[in-house]
Amino acid sequence: MNAQPRFFAPLARLLHWLMALMIIAMLFIGAGLAASVSERHEWLIHLHKPLGIAILALVIVRLVVRFCTRQPPLPADLPAWQVLAAKASHVLLYALMLVLPLLGWAMISAAGDPVMLSSSVQLPALVGANAPLFALLRKAHGYLAYLLFLTVLVHLAAALIHGLIRRDGVLQSMTGTKG
Amino acid sequence: MVDHSLPPRPPLGTTSVLVRLACIGGVVAVVVGAFAYVNGTLDPQRLRPKTLVNALEANNGVHPGFRRNHAKGVCVAGYFESSAEARAYSSAQVFSADKTPVIGRFALPSGNPYAPDSSVPIRSFAVQFGQANGQQWRTGMNSMPVFPVGTPEAFYQLLKAGAPDPATGKPNPANMPAFFAAHPETAPFLAWVKTAKPSASYATETYNGINAFYLVSADGKRQAVRWGVVPLSQDAPGDTAPGGADFLEKDLVQRLAAGPLRWQLNMTLANPGDPLDDASKTWAGEHRVLNAGTLVLQSSQPQADGDCRDINFDPLILPSGIEASNDPLLAARSAAYASSYLRRAGEVSPLHSAPQESQP
Repeated sequence: MNAQPRFFAPLARLLHWLMALMIIAMLFIGAGLAASVSERHEWLIHLHKPLGIAILALVIVRLVVRFCTRQPPLPADLPAWQVLAAKASHVLLYALMLVLPLLGWAMISAAGDPVMLSSSVQLPALVGANAPLFALLRKAHGYLAYLLFLTVLVHLAAALIHGLIRRDGVLQSMTGTKG
Repeated sequence: MVDHSLPPRPPLGTTSVLVRLACIGGVVAVVVGAFAYVNGTLDPQRLRPKTLVNALEANNGVHPGFRRNHAKGVCVAGYFESSAEARAYSSAQVFSADKTPVIGRFALPSGNPYAPDSSVPIRSFAVQFGQANGQQWRTGMNSMPVFPVGTPEAFYQLLKAGAPDPATGKPNPANMPAFFAAHPETAPFLAWVKTAKPSASYATETYNGINAFYLVSADGKRQAVRWGVVPLSQDAPGDTAPGGADFLEKDLVQRLAAGPLRWQLNMTLANPGDPLDDASKTWAGEHRVLNAGTLVLQSSQPQADGDCRDINFDPLILPSGIEASNDPLLAARSAAYASSYLRRAGEVSPLHSAPQESQP
């Protein structure tokens, strides 16, 4: 019998929880650095850039894992609108995980600034220097980061509703717990 | 059908559902609250980059396309020729390469792009060294030897003291003396300003980096320094400013037409005990000064289209081999410049329709 899996693949679960931590840290780091003139601004920006590139690399791995492993199905009794919301929010999460680091990289390039991950590790420019493009990319980076934060909140609330109220095994499919 | 192989759960009572929903709401509220604190929404007293830039705009008016501070200026280009002296102290390529191209900008230290050149005795010089390895060194220097204050908070208070009174449209004349009285750290700056006169030329000025940095050698040794550029073989300073409001750019264009202009880049090595985190304090007494090389300017361009226009002279864009000190003004400058840059980067076209002559 070819039973549907109850859990996400172990590698998928590992990537999910690792990236959950990184992305939540990243959202707070970004919000903090944009709102600070203290030394915090400087050390947060030094965390923000390499962490963003790490997230970009991991989300690519994660997409590969996603397409190469089988996903546990959603409960059969889930209303259609919730199924749609679940699918759409996952697409949005993946898209933002991919786009936000690229926007950050491109906006630094558009400002004509060297893209430095540390005092000596430099990435190539993604686009040529172009101030109006910088303004556009920088604003998009900010607004889409807020959209990611909202999507993460919805994802968190939905996961907890599955785990605490519906108790339908959806939360466990990612935690890997049997209960 | 899907088999979840979960044992059937007893249904939850209404109270139980409400309590659990409240718990979930509580978790979300805590995350949102923490985020709102971090982004400053729940911490309105915090000095933010936009607070500083808003204060500059309040004092000078909003001039789209222009820098929110040091708004009036001119682009220059040339190269830096390193000497051997800084090589032992810094592994930065700018000190080992023979020549490094530079793009620079001379400016007045005001957010008003139409300020008359004689309105302030301070001139500024920002430089971007473009190393062959792709790394850059950007520095913004000023003709005063110290900054009026040592912290971003005090700088914000200084801006507030110069803010126009809504009733009169002019700053309250009592505010600035009151600010200086409340901030004794401004004494070295005030002593300098007493003797300073608006110069007739950008070319005859000494420009100081003011904030401390570290030169870092290939073997990791760190040497705290302050840097600056001193004019070479240019007319002696002391020329009094001519009449008119826009003489500086004309003078510069004329001088460059006659030949390149040169400055010596000096690195003043900190003595033990010199303040590294307070740009309002001088480094008193004898200091060893390295001649790091010669900055040669060959050409100028109006800023509306010049190569310096879209450069944010963020003092924390540093190559490997130069590091920031813990001077709090450096992070504040970097953060506030980024905010100003974002505002003006989207407003490039108004620069071309701006009036060309100064308005007092």
